[in-house]
Amino acid sequence: MIEVKGLHKSFGEAHILKGVTANFEKGKINMIIGQSGSGKTVFLKSLLGLYTPEEGTIAFDGRIYSELSIKEKRNLRKEIGMLFQGSALFDSLTVEENIMFPLKMFTNQTEKEMLHRVNEVLDRVKLPGSNLKFPAELSGGMQKRVGIARAIVMNPKYLFCDEPNSGLDPKTATVIDNLIQEITHEFNITTVVNSHDMNSVMEIGENIMFLKDGSKAWEGSNNEVFITDNEAIVDFVYSSNLFKKVRESYLKS
Amino acid sequence: MNYIEHIGKYFLMLGQVFKKPEKWKVFREMLFREIEDLGLKSLGIIMFISFFIGGVVAIQTALNVDSPFIPKYLIGFATKRSMILEFGPTFTSIILAGKVGSYIASSIGTMRVTEQIDALEVMGVNSLNYLVLPKVIAALFFYPLLVLIAMFLGIYGGWTAGILTDLFYSADYIDGLQLEFNPYYIKYALVKTVVFAFAIATVPAYHGYYVKGGSLEVGRASTQAVVWTSVTIITLNYFLTQMLLS
Repeated sequence: MIEVKGLHKSFGEAHILKGVTANFEKGKINMIIGQSGSGKTVFLKSLLGLYTPEEGTIAFDGRIYSELSIKEKRNLRKEIGMLFQGSALFDSLTVEENIMFPLKMFTNQTEKEMLHRVNEVLDRVKLPGSNLKFPAELSGGMQKRVGIARAIVMNPKYLFCDEPNSGLDPKTATVIDNLIQEITHEFNITTVVNSHDMNSVMEIGENIMFLKDGSKAWEGSNNEVFITDNEAIVDFVYSSNLFKKVRESYLKS
Repeated sequence: MNYIEHIGKYFLMLGQVFKKPEKWKVFREMLFREIEDLGLKSLGIIMFISFFIGGVVAIQTALNVDSPFIPKYLIGFATKRSMILEFGPTFTSIILAGKVGSYIASSIGTMRVTEQIDALEVMGVNSLNYLVLPKVIAALFFYPLLVLIAMFLGIYGGWTAGILTDLFYSADYIDGLQLEFNPYYIKYALVKTVVFAFAIATVPAYHGYYVKGGSLEVGRASTQAVVWTSVTIITLNYFLTQMLLS
């Protein structure tokens, strides 16, 4: 479980996060939604320790990040898997080397053991046999799947995904969503997903937090999104006519 | 950001670079890769340029010493001194600042804007140590070798130019090479090279690592890296010469 209390983050004059408090539960897909510029990415990067917040605390299963030593922070990061918006695969390395990287860096496994683990996670993300390809030779969806494979190769306790569906067609986006959902439930991981793909939010979002202008404006499940009266979230989620109609028919039924 | 802040940030960066590598096996692999990328792949251009520079120095010296009172062996002597003291270490380093500096800044900069550095950090890897330290070590150990090759080829280029143009005799040139050989000058050149190698590896790394934006900014950072590495080399050259030769 990840507990966030009163998180503040500024860049110069711009106050991006204004006291965000949230709990992200284990074994669930926790989604952060909000308009572009609402502070989603800054929030996620603060959770990951890439930004240092001015105020507030982040606790990973009781371990308050800011109170940890450098070594403890490094060790905690080994428990974190991250899927970046652009996949962030090392483009000079093959798929196999990309996935093997954390194993090489942090374990004492033999080459054979590492290769076995790489093949295991490649099977899990349904990309067997693509070991020797370079990231540039893969489609966007395949790159995301390799990104997921790299994120889960160390059996992480926490999985973070930044816009996992951006730039993907609806069908591939659903494949990625399902994969994140399956992995979260199968390995009982605390998953935090940053997204503005409403389809994805409705499909897999078990705990949704809506950020507006750097503050938490709403929190609930995907079912509650349909019935909430909160103006901010209704305005954001049902900005398209299609979603408006879906909501109206849902409420009528 | 003013210059003082940049200098401060550069030294803070070095503090992160010079930490114990996470895994020696991975570091060794990276080091060999960097020796190939930064050193071996520069060998051709350095050999080509230094050979011709030596030739040009010899021809120009020969053309400028047409007085019968000035001995011809001076051409070999002047070429040797120029190649060892200045053209070998400084000229080679300036070339490397352009070739290797832009490579380091753009490769690290691209990793920054495509979030690959963030990926390393999230994994718990000290990205500066992982990316920059092998480059520094590769440059420190390999560039003195490149400079020695450049010196030798420059002197050889001078001799070849003389033979081809008939501006001076081989025996005179060789006499000049043997005249007043001071091994300290080689030491001085190698000390300069080591200092320049450090700048060639770290200044572009700084520009690449802290780049913000997209591909355009990576291009700008690459240009800035070459400019500032060259400025650093020229400035250091002045102070090192003052300290080591005066």
